[in-house]
Amino acid sequence: MAVITKEVCYHCGDECSSKLLLKDEKNFCCNGCLNVYSILAAGNLQNYYKLNNYPGASQKKEIQAFDYLNIPEITAKLVNYQDTDKTIVTLYLPAIHCSSCIWLLEHLNKLDAGVTESRVDFLKKQIYLQFNHNHTKLQQIAQLLTSIGYEPLISLQDVVNNDVSKKDRLIPKIAVAGFCFGNVMLLAFPAYFGIAPSERHFGEFFSLLSLAFCIPAVFYSGLDYFKRAYVSLKQGVLNIDFPLALGIAVLLIRTIADYVFNVGEGFADTLTGLVFFLLIGKLVQQKTYHHLSFERDYRSFFPVAVDVINENGEIIPIALENIKEGDRISVKNQEIIPADAILLNGNALIDFSFVTGESKPIQKVLGEIIYAGGRQTAGSLELEVIKPVSQSYLTGLWNNESFQKANDNKTKTFVTKVSHYFSIILLSLATLTLLFWLPYSWQTGLNAFTAILIIACPCALALSTPFTMGAALSIFDKNKFYLKNTDVVEQLAAIDTIVFDKTGTVTLADNNSIEFIGNVLNGLESNIIYSICKNSSHPLSRKICGFLNTSKVIAIEDFKEIPGKGMHTIYQGYEIFIGSTSFVPHASTRLVDFPQVHININGEYLGYFKINQKLRPQLGELMLSLSTNYQTYLISGDGNQDNSLLKHYFKSESHLLYQQSPQDKLDFIAKQQRNDAKVLMIGDGLNDAGALQQSNSGIAVTDNINNFTPGSDAILDGTSFHLLPDFLKFSKATVNIIHLSFCIAVCYNIIGISFAIQGKLSPLIAAILMPLSTVTIILFTSISTHIQAKKHNLIS
Amino acid sequence: MTIIYFLIACSVVLAICFLAAFFWSHNSGQNKDLYTPAIRILFDDELVEEKPSNENNSEKDN
Repeated sequence: MAVITKEVCYHCGDECSSKLLLKDEKNFCCNGCLNVYSILAAGNLQNYYKLNNYPGASQKKEIQAFDYLNIPEITAKLVNYQDTDKTIVTLYLPAIHCSSCIWLLEHLNKLDAGVTESRVDFLKKQIYLQFNHNHTKLQQIAQLLTSIGYEPLISLQDVVNNDVSKKDRLIPKIAVAGFCFGNVMLLAFPAYFGIAPSERHFGEFFSLLSLAFCIPAVFYSGLDYFKRAYVSLKQGVLNIDFPLALGIAVLLIRTIADYVFNVGEGFADTLTGLVFFLLIGKLVQQKTYHHLSFERDYRSFFPVAVDVINENGEIIPIALENIKEGDRISVKNQEIIPADAILLNGNALIDFSFVTGESKPIQKVLGEIIYAGGRQTAGSLELEVIKPVSQSYLTGLWNNESFQKANDNKTKTFVTKVSHYFSIILLSLATLTLLFWLPYSWQTGLNAFTAILIIACPCALALSTPFTMGAALSIFDKNKFYLKNTDVVEQLAAIDTIVFDKTGTVTLADNNSIEFIGNVLNGLESNIIYSICKNSSHPLSRKICGFLNTSKVIAIEDFKEIPGKGMHTIYQGYEIFIGSTSFVPHASTRLVDFPQVHININGEYLGYFKINQKLRPQLGELMLSLSTNYQTYLISGDGNQDNSLLKHYFKSESHLLYQQSPQDKLDFIAKQQRNDAKVLMIGDGLNDAGALQQSNSGIAVTDNINNFTPGSDAILDGTSFHLLPDFLKFSKATVNIIHLSFCIAVCYNIIGISFAIQGKLSPLIAAILMPLSTVTIILFTSISTHIQAKKHNLIS
Repeated sequence: MTIIYFLIACSVVLAICFLAAFFWSHNSGQNKDLYTPAIRILFDDELVEEKPSNENNSEKDN
């Protein structure tokens, strides 16, 4: 009995579907993969394949030329460092995914001797390259990387924005605070156990030394709290930093005063501990996600350089920002139109789905204006630029005031709201206590006044949010839901209305969802079908054309299209029907879930094209569970051809809006917000960037995480789309945890304040209460977040 | 008991040394990428076998 094994590509592990490519007794799925193998084999780098099975990325895509990397002004902006013979550059390679990648990329000098050093940062997917530019060029390296399957992603933003590498000073600050805290604790222990009168001089020495440790802790590590408190006071806002800064200041003054007047040990231990714990909270809060960039704008969407045709007909690449009015540019298939331009030559079939949301490519005729942002889908074009990039339609749209608007309409976070009242209550309580004690003893009064400010310092409050959010964010992260920052969780918990974009959000963007059911079509039959469908602009005809794109156009006669039914034509005397079940003779409907196109040639029924439902899987359950708690809307730039498919998922047909421009979408969201709705917008492209921005929180759904995701508060991987209701419930649970932990913090504060009001707060009580409340909060938040995540099936 | 003064001075100086060592390692970028080195260290064995032959080849080519 013969055993049938499927041949898989030695390089990428894809199935070898068509004809087999063989080399060294290994199978390859395509020429690209074979090429990569040949390059690596020639460079003696077969180890690449030993470290992991099928480590390569599929090479079925076309290779870019990177000609623009020969333009000195572009490379100058990309490189980190350059001298007479050495260049250092950091490139982003999205294809890095396994240990074989690291091994191969760090042995790049075997393939290009000009490379002197290459190091990979796996998590950031970056390669740090040092090369001798007398022996090799950046363009050659980029081509080499592409040819071995690691195409560098170079966008205009990398070229324009170069000052992203801000130095992170938080870690050194924590180190200093921890150092001071540890030493002060060591010195404070003798005082906790009591120092004998004969050894009093030791106590004084310890206090002085502790005071010395407080200075760096306050003026180096804690300085940011004073700065932020000052800034917020200037704006007339009492945020959480104000009571924190006040607490730190009072602690320092008390400690100095206690030492100078020799009245006590001071609060050095509490002070350094407070700064240390606060900074730890800050670190948890600041944990950023390097694999995602939220700060991108339209520039990362455009190419870095454009092919310009000069007077002599030569094609030279020119940096995008140097494109002038009147330049003649050449745009190849699958490239983006970089600036508003007039069509001079070529067959322009432009896909504007990124700008308008309409997924059907639009045919443009010679002399017509083509706006920037469209993607050419048929052959190369020659265009004349009429507006430079910075003034084009798309850039104008992007720079529109409403797109730029600061996030004023985003909900205020819980901590912001609470800390406002917290500061007021704290200050009035302290003042009242002072006034109460003044007639009896000003020392006790001052003591109680400072003690209240110290003990009520909202350390636990400041920590509860970062720790809960940190835990929640990492759980979202594991489920491929990436939030811009922690405030987004609170925004998600508050929403009551959800607006979906159509293309790429509820429907899948790819076109490979069509198959023919029936007898296998022969060459002539597919030629006939292709030629007929090419005459029709119906979306299903377009899809069939895309499916049969290898066929030839042949002459057909008597073409008739009956809207809503199908097409009827004659070819060499054969009568041909293409269309719906009721229209095509002998056709019968098998399943009604998906659109189908039946074919009948010369009275013989051949079968039908099955257009697979391109809705996201599990959309039904998702919409069902969302619509019980939320208002759901669909808003689309597309025509209403999918209305029949989608309307079941929404409460009424008025909740589905079609042919909406980006501005309409924005206005719709704003209208809902005026009716006090908290709107969640779920979209994908640049065309809903304004709506994403305007909404209370905006989620971008993407099937490729490296995609451009403008104006959004969160990025959701398409494979996790069905988890959306769980994400929303978990956000609510997270916010509840923060409220509860706030209650716990208040309980501790009440205990502390009851000591402080009586003027009985000893440094020992402060030193115990502060860390105790902190540890309780951290434990409570982490454990309960974990339990909630389990409850919503977000972790196993 | 005055030896305490000396001991504390010693301990503080020692702690400052460690702090300085941490600052040095942080500023020289040793904490930047904590993941890749863990993978990189597993590569070397096979590499040692290969390197000489490869270098010989390239010399012959030149």
